[in-house]
Amino acid sequence: MKLQSKIITGSEEFAANRAAHLEMLATVREVAEAARMGGGEKSRARHESRGKMLPRRRVAGLLDPGSPFLEVGATAAHGMYEGAAPCAGVVAGIGRVHGQEVMVVCNDATVKGGTYYPMTVKKHLRAQEIAEQNNLPCVYLVDSGGANLPQQDEVFPDRDHFGRIFFNQANMSAKGIPQIAVVMGSCTAGGAYVPAMSDVTIIVKEQGTIFLAGPPLVKAATGEVVSAEDLGGGDVHTRLSGVADYLADDDAHALALARDALKHLNRSKPQTVAWQSPEEPAYDPEDILGVVPGGLRTPYDIREVIARVVDGSRFDEFKKRFGETLVCGFAHVKGCPVGIIANNGVLYSESAAKGAHFVELCSQRGIPLVFLQNITGFMVGQKYEAEGIARHGAKMVTAVATTKVPKITMLVGGSFGAGNYGMAGRAYSPRFLWSWPNSRISVMGGEQAAGVLATVKRDAIERQGGEWSAEEEAAFKQPTLDMFEEQSHPLYASARLWDDGIVDPRKTRDVLHLSLSASLNAPIEETKFGVFRM
Amino acid sequence: MFDKILIANRGEIACRVMETARAMGVKTVAVYSDADATAKHVALADQAVHIGGAAPAESYLKGDVIIQAALDTGAQGIHPGYGFLSENPEFVEAVEAAGLTFIGPSASAIRAMGLKDAAKALMEEANVPVVPGYHGTNQDGAFLAEQAAEIGYPVLIKAVAGGGGKGMRLVQEPAEFADALASAQGEATTAFGNPDVLIEKFVTSPRHIEVQVFGDGTEAVHLFERDCSLQRRHQKVIEEAPAPGMTEAMRAAMGEAAVRAAEAIGYKGAGTIEFIVDGSDGLRPDGFWFMEMNTRLQVEHPVTEMITGVDLVEWQLRVAAGEPLPKTQEALSITGHAFEARIYAEDVPKGFLPATGTLSHLAFPQDARIDSGVRAADTISPWYDPMIAKLVVHGPTRAMALKQLEHALRHTDVGGTVTNVSFLALLAAQEDFAAGRVDTGLIERHMDALATQPTACSKARAVAALTALGLRPLDGSAPAETLVLWSSLTHSLSLIHNDVPFSVDVTVTDTAEYLVALEDATHRVTFRGGSWWVEGTKVTARTARDGAELTVFWGNGYRFVVVDPLEREEDVGAGGNTIVAPMPGLVKAVFAVAGQEVTQGDRLAILEAMKMEHAMLAPRDGVVADVVVAEGAQVEDGTALILLEEEEDA
Repeated sequence: MKLQSKIITGSEEFAANRAAHLEMLATVREVAEAARMGGGEKSRARHESRGKMLPRRRVAGLLDPGSPFLEVGATAAHGMYEGAAPCAGVVAGIGRVHGQEVMVVCNDATVKGGTYYPMTVKKHLRAQEIAEQNNLPCVYLVDSGGANLPQQDEVFPDRDHFGRIFFNQANMSAKGIPQIAVVMGSCTAGGAYVPAMSDVTIIVKEQGTIFLAGPPLVKAATGEVVSAEDLGGGDVHTRLSGVADYLADDDAHALALARDALKHLNRSKPQTVAWQSPEEPAYDPEDILGVVPGGLRTPYDIREVIARVVDGSRFDEFKKRFGETLVCGFAHVKGCPVGIIANNGVLYSESAAKGAHFVELCSQRGIPLVFLQNITGFMVGQKYEAEGIARHGAKMVTAVATTKVPKITMLVGGSFGAGNYGMAGRAYSPRFLWSWPNSRISVMGGEQAAGVLATVKRDAIERQGGEWSAEEEAAFKQPTLDMFEEQSHPLYASARLWDDGIVDPRKTRDVLHLSLSASLNAPIEETKFGVFRM
Repeated sequence: MFDKILIANRGEIACRVMETARAMGVKTVAVYSDADATAKHVALADQAVHIGGAAPAESYLKGDVIIQAALDTGAQGIHPGYGFLSENPEFVEAVEAAGLTFIGPSASAIRAMGLKDAAKALMEEANVPVVPGYHGTNQDGAFLAEQAAEIGYPVLIKAVAGGGGKGMRLVQEPAEFADALASAQGEATTAFGNPDVLIEKFVTSPRHIEVQVFGDGTEAVHLFERDCSLQRRHQKVIEEAPAPGMTEAMRAAMGEAAVRAAEAIGYKGAGTIEFIVDGSDGLRPDGFWFMEMNTRLQVEHPVTEMITGVDLVEWQLRVAAGEPLPKTQEALSITGHAFEARIYAEDVPKGFLPATGTLSHLAFPQDARIDSGVRAADTISPWYDPMIAKLVVHGPTRAMALKQLEHALRHTDVGGTVTNVSFLALLAAQEDFAAGRVDTGLIERHMDALATQPTACSKARAVAALTALGLRPLDGSAPAETLVLWSSLTHSLSLIHNDVPFSVDVTVTDTAEYLVALEDATHRVTFRGGSWWVEGTKVTARTARDGAELTVFWGNGYRFVVVDPLEREEDVGAGGNTIVAPMPGLVKAVFAVAGQEVTQGDRLAILEAMKMEHAMLAPRDGVVADVVVAEGAQVEDGTALILLEEEEDA
């Protein structure tokens, strides 16, 4: 049924909402722009003076012209390492090559020589995780000095550290997910394994180098004096060592060879869902900015957002009269069938049970799930505990955790507490998780957290017969409030890759579509749910 | 009327004849060479007969084979078109001897006009003015001066044995005659060993005006004149009818003279009397002279058809079938003005060098008459005239028709070969031509301006770049959707236009929004409201792609080559100076000798290994410096066998 919007686009409220969103977007845009510039003007100029293409030029040269680029972690490492690693020193995302979706991971050598900071490793691994879950061929555009030595304890030893990259390559290759490397600069030490572990490797002559130890280390170890090119240049590796397979004249040639290599994968997307012809929403997605309040405290009807995201604004709402704080229903996003689960208030037992029921339905039918998350949590209080809200909540969490249909999560508002779990937060491995600039994520609201801490403190003081003035309490609460405000901000979250990136709300529909399309490269397995606490 | 005719021709004229025949209910037989097996004229015909090899002498000029084809297919008549056998009297006789009808004049009429001097004499008898001159043997100076005075100045003194302008003098007035004669005779003696000269009237501002005639064997009518003054080395380029500046008196005089000429030889069918006209001081009834008669349908006949409403091919068939002339002179009149432009595959800046190619794209404007023998995907072969089409327009006035001509040429899209289309379009807009001030020297005088290769402006180059990248579909429809999350991507590509390479950066800023950075300009390109826009300019361009070649038709056809980043020069291989054994083996034979010059691929030695003989070849051209191995030697993998001298730096 077509949704009917009740929004008055000419209202003051609409204008105010829009202004608030535009301001938040401007902030994100500024941060993203800084990330795009990598290591800065000087470093970029030096990079280009060597005849090397800048990382995003390399990505563009690989992808089909006009291909969408679903960039992952566009503001990763923002505000970390004192700003030393813009974009975490690596560009990653999904684009199309000869029409097929591929994951591209491209080192930015203008950022500390492309060395791996902890967030660089995390981003590289996240890109690989996306590729593995969604069966996407990987292309590594390598130009990196390896691990960032001062950070070695945070990048080398642990399970999800540097070595995991090659573990993933081996295991993806084993699953038939093509691994292609283009060596466009250094691949030193561990980095040498990126090309060596790839199915196909291209190297740029007199520019790309691959060696376990660079000339300085060789000299220190054995006294042998050798140039980088003679030690591990393109000529050596394509003619003598066989570490690389194709020798390219320059970056553009190398990228063209990589495109050519991707022509010969003999892969096609599996038949999964029944696509329909796409249709624009009846309500303009542009108006999402005016529809959604800038702050989280003002409630609004989430259907106003759905109406601006789905095809024809048509939404077949399931169990509309039951558990009304969770909106569930079927729709299409640019032709792709989806089951939408969206918050419209706090979760009650009924809402949670309804959510579990809907997840079961979509799993049964093989319909991808889209979560529009704006949740302060499950309802609290004696009545609700007594009726077993934890039991009902557990049903929903079990369903969400164990379903095999692709899940795409969009944080459109708050993401607090156990609500995050039921609504496919990061820990529930949605294929993609995106955030709007107005969203906030934390274990609970800052006010609540400060309140809890203050109550405990007041109890302790009062037990000892002391007194605690309102001013003292406010002063006590302030640091907690500040900390929560900073840490729940989407830029803070995105910097740490708690999500895959921040999304302009107006582009929600496009991002969902591309996320779904990427997800559907992998066949949908049959779901086996865990034990539901009935 | 015939039931079936054979068309002994190819290309546009064969198609043209077939269209009229079909409209008249006459079946058609095509003939074709090896090169034309899939040509348009074959596809149009009811029947087609293969007559031989691609060279005209092996096919379209083989009269006997063609006559046999007509007999075999039951055709009753043969239409010769123009060129090939159309003015060959022996062919006409053979056709008639075979009991078939030749759709054209008699053999005797063709013969009468075939020899230029005899024809002129014949015309003088028929009271048709010929260019005055003295061609006699009397070489006395005073006598020649007398003749010159009689002819009227200015006159041209030409060496009888002449050529290449040697022994030729232009004399403006009698006082200069004696000196000019002496120097012409002197030069003629030196150059040709023969001092004899002839004297002709010099036409100062010559125009080529011809009259279309049509005879039934006894009587003839004329269908007015055509002006074919726009020529390049005697090749007609643009023809028009009627002639600009033509007066009723002049037209009557020329028409009557042409009819007299046709009747004098008992002409049957369509023919053309060509006149040279003095255009230096307006057209005067005493200022035209017979040049020659073309005893066939002319290439430029459509302009006459457009202004008279007559289908000349229909008349040809009717008269050949024995019907009387379809119209009397009084019933013929002129309506409006018509132009014809001949579109050729030729390289104008390279001296109109004929070109070949496969027409990857071919589209003509709807509102012009197009006579063409090719379709899209057809090939312009080196065997025949590289004509692509004749573009014909008809308007109420000369000015309006000329505007139509330019507009039509600007919307003529030919991809896959170079063409003269932009040259024709520039010519159509040329000032003197527009004003009707035409003469046969016009094109040569303005060649520099007309023959310039059109250079694409930055907007056309922006369209080329977007199209080359596939961002703009070839048909100009909407681009595919994209997503720019926060950072746009910039694609680089290299194009070559008019032999000049240039690079372009195209940034996709959003769906249907692009920033195109060229070396000299940056343009914002968008698609909105169903159209593409470069800045505020609507893109009306059409585009065609054939492999690496991209053509943007936007006023002119701008050709681009899209550089493939994969295309690199092959690595020649390292160690070009030393030929080494590729594996362990026995040197079976050594052919190279120190000091010997070798070319790449020469056998220098033979190595036997793993039961096979391996030839050691020269990796490049060079000189053998040393042979360091002897026959019978057992060598290891990598052993140097032969050394070449260091390559000299160029």
